[in-house]
Amino acid sequence: MGDIFSDPVSLSRLQFAVTTMFHILFPVLTIGLAVYLAVVEFLWLTKKEEIYYRMYRFWVKIFAINFGVGVVSGILLEFQFGTNFSRFSQAAANVFSPLLAYEGMTAFFLEAGFLGIMLFGWKRVPKGVHFLATCLVAFGGVLSAFWIMAANSWMQTPAGYRLAEGKFFVTDFAAAIFNPSFPVRLSHMVIASFEAAMFAIAGISAYFLLKGREPRFYRRSLGVALILAAFFVPLQVLIGDLNGLVVFRHQPAKLAGMEAHWETNVKGGAPFAVVAWPSMKEERNLFELTIPNGLSLLVTRSLDGRVEGLKEFPPENRPNSLILFWTFRVMVAIGFLFLLVMLLAGYLWRRGRLFKSRAFLRTLVLIQPLGFVATELGWITTEMGRQPWLVYGLMRVSEGISPIPAGNVLWSLALFLLIFPVLLASYFYYVFKTLGGGPDLKTPIPPIQRPAGMLALTGGGWKGRES
Amino acid sequence: MDLVLVWAALVALAMILYILLDGISLGVGLLFQTGAGEQERNLMMESIAPVWDANQTWLVFGGGAIFAAFPVVYGVLSSALYLPLMTFIVGLIFRGVTFEFRAHSTRKRLWNQAFFFGSLVAVLSQGLTLGGVLTGIKVSGGHFAGGAFDWLNPFSVMVGVALVPGYTMLGASYLILKTAGPVQEKARRQAFWSGTAVLGFMAVVTVWTPFHYPLVWTNWFSAPRIYFVWMFPLLGLVSAFLLVKSLKKGRELMPLLSSIGLFLSGYFGLATSMYPYAIPPAVTLSEAAAQPETLRFTLWGAAIVLPIVLAYIIYSYSVFRGKVTEEGYYESGN
Repeated sequence: MGDIFSDPVSLSRLQFAVTTMFHILFPVLTIGLAVYLAVVEFLWLTKKEEIYYRMYRFWVKIFAINFGVGVVSGILLEFQFGTNFSRFSQAAANVFSPLLAYEGMTAFFLEAGFLGIMLFGWKRVPKGVHFLATCLVAFGGVLSAFWIMAANSWMQTPAGYRLAEGKFFVTDFAAAIFNPSFPVRLSHMVIASFEAAMFAIAGISAYFLLKGREPRFYRRSLGVALILAAFFVPLQVLIGDLNGLVVFRHQPAKLAGMEAHWETNVKGGAPFAVVAWPSMKEERNLFELTIPNGLSLLVTRSLDGRVEGLKEFPPENRPNSLILFWTFRVMVAIGFLFLLVMLLAGYLWRRGRLFKSRAFLRTLVLIQPLGFVATELGWITTEMGRQPWLVYGLMRVSEGISPIPAGNVLWSLALFLLIFPVLLASYFYYVFKTLGGGPDLKTPIPPIQRPAGMLALTGGGWKGRES
Repeated sequence: MDLVLVWAALVALAMILYILLDGISLGVGLLFQTGAGEQERNLMMESIAPVWDANQTWLVFGGGAIFAAFPVVYGVLSSALYLPLMTFIVGLIFRGVTFEFRAHSTRKRLWNQAFFFGSLVAVLSQGLTLGGVLTGIKVSGGHFAGGAFDWLNPFSVMVGVALVPGYTMLGASYLILKTAGPVQEKARRQAFWSGTAVLGFMAVVTVWTPFHYPLVWTNWFSAPRIYFVWMFPLLGLVSAFLLVKSLKKGRELMPLLSSIGLFLSGYFGLATSMYPYAIPPAVTLSEAAAQPETLRFTLWGAAIVLPIVLAYIIYSYSVFRGKVTEEGYYESGN
């Protein structure tokens, strides 16, 4: 790698990694929490129980703090394609840039246009309009994931283009957007956002239940989050498996790296490494624990299917297997841990002990941040697995860099390393402060929001299981 | 119709909408420390709280549109203006997070500073960026070929400084419309003084630009532009006259409209002098454009989506029309 301080390629990669990993934390919660809020507001309008209104007003405060940091850190990402990767931007713009332009037009305006009403419109718009605003903000979040995943997936599995004189020209936009890895990767990311947000809400609610604060309020918050999680968690395991098949088919070197699989199997199936310590230098696993034929079965659905090993690819085209193997393994482990927790939740619910088991509530508190951890690890796997390519198999990262001196990148990287911790610390400080303040159960509901036949806070129960 | 021209017009529209709309928010940020006490500052903040994000989104759309329609401009300008652009975004980050952080904070002083300095840094680096473009950018083989500090010179510094009273004027005129009482009174005086400074700077820019950037001279004072460029200084003078008059008469909407008129006169003046160049002094709009299929694909999107966007944004503004009151959005149950 040489001297990193004078190498704009490494510095730009590092900066993109730092800024993306910082940024993604916020949209993940925004997308998931917006859906949660839409569900809560739907329950408020249909069931007319005051508790749902109070829940909305409480969780939307967290949503607002989160949204602000997400939006401003996102602007940075849009401009970084040009500031740091201008050769890539100019070469790929014909195919790649419309996806970002569409994201701005269709998603960001939708979120920004209705956020004001969602946060501040309570006294100014009728119930239906407010609910519509919430739904549109949630929809805007998912739409923005749609476009950004289309753009990123195109870099992973490019389609719908023609290459001429080092530039990409579009031949088919539908093929470029719906490129081979896009549908699975979009689903994977959106569900990851839902999961992360639901477990965040569940963890916070469980914490306050353990403390004995506002048990009715947090039981209901936790209940809604767990019901939604019960849909998303098994679905994610399924989608994750499909994702593996797509990687196997379109990015064989990445798959080999993720599985620490060095030698192509000629006779018999490829083994699945449960644990391994791959060494890029020695081109083998220094240590491994394998299940015979496991990998073949997993990605080819047959016991002896051929799976290309890393050695099929010249060393300069191999991604770093050590990183891929472990980030991928831990992410998968978190996915299965979530599944286990949901099974436990189902069991406790059937026995009527869901909100009583302190051990279960403590588990929820502990696993609370894991959805975010899994998302970061998944992104490291997919992006490091794309290396050394910027556009998979077609353009190297080193060919896509801006013609700028390393000093430029040092300046911005230093700024970000200075301000991100400040922003993150302030973010957590105000989020914890807001959570600590607890829900507001007293301020009268604006008359315009009050549905006819509304139930008071004390009325109604949750299937009688909560007391 | 010529796709490249249509896209140039759309990008120009997105840019001026960003300049005017976020200019209002940035202007309120520049004036923030003049608020006497937290109550006045709350009012100033809440005048823009429900709309600032939508206002800022024009930047995101503008950036995306330039990337999609004129990728060479996007690539070359962002490499060439790396330092002021990144600094601009850092300013925007601090400005943006302040809305929520300050509302939840008990020690508001820290976030008051962040709001002011974030806005100031954003405004100055925006001006340096613009000054850098007007200075001209070295391009070879379709890529940036200059140094890291090419954008830094007395002219670009002057443009950066000139934007401060410019946005102050926009912010103050907006506060006249959205507030009452002492904040409005103060805003009237601020609009007057910043408006005067803007006129001064416009005179300086008009005289200095042709020397700094000789192409402007030949462009302005030769056919065909000579037939219509005179309109822009005229628009500026009329706007300045209306600004002063409406401030004296205590009008509420006219100051904002005339501030916008002043901005438009400057913007059109610059835009016409740049045309047909996308990056002065060498790259033309058609050389910088994406392939026709891309232009067509994105134009379809813009033609269908942007009218809807404009409709709901106008609706959103109308929901929050009228004066902001002390009751506030953040503190009470709004």
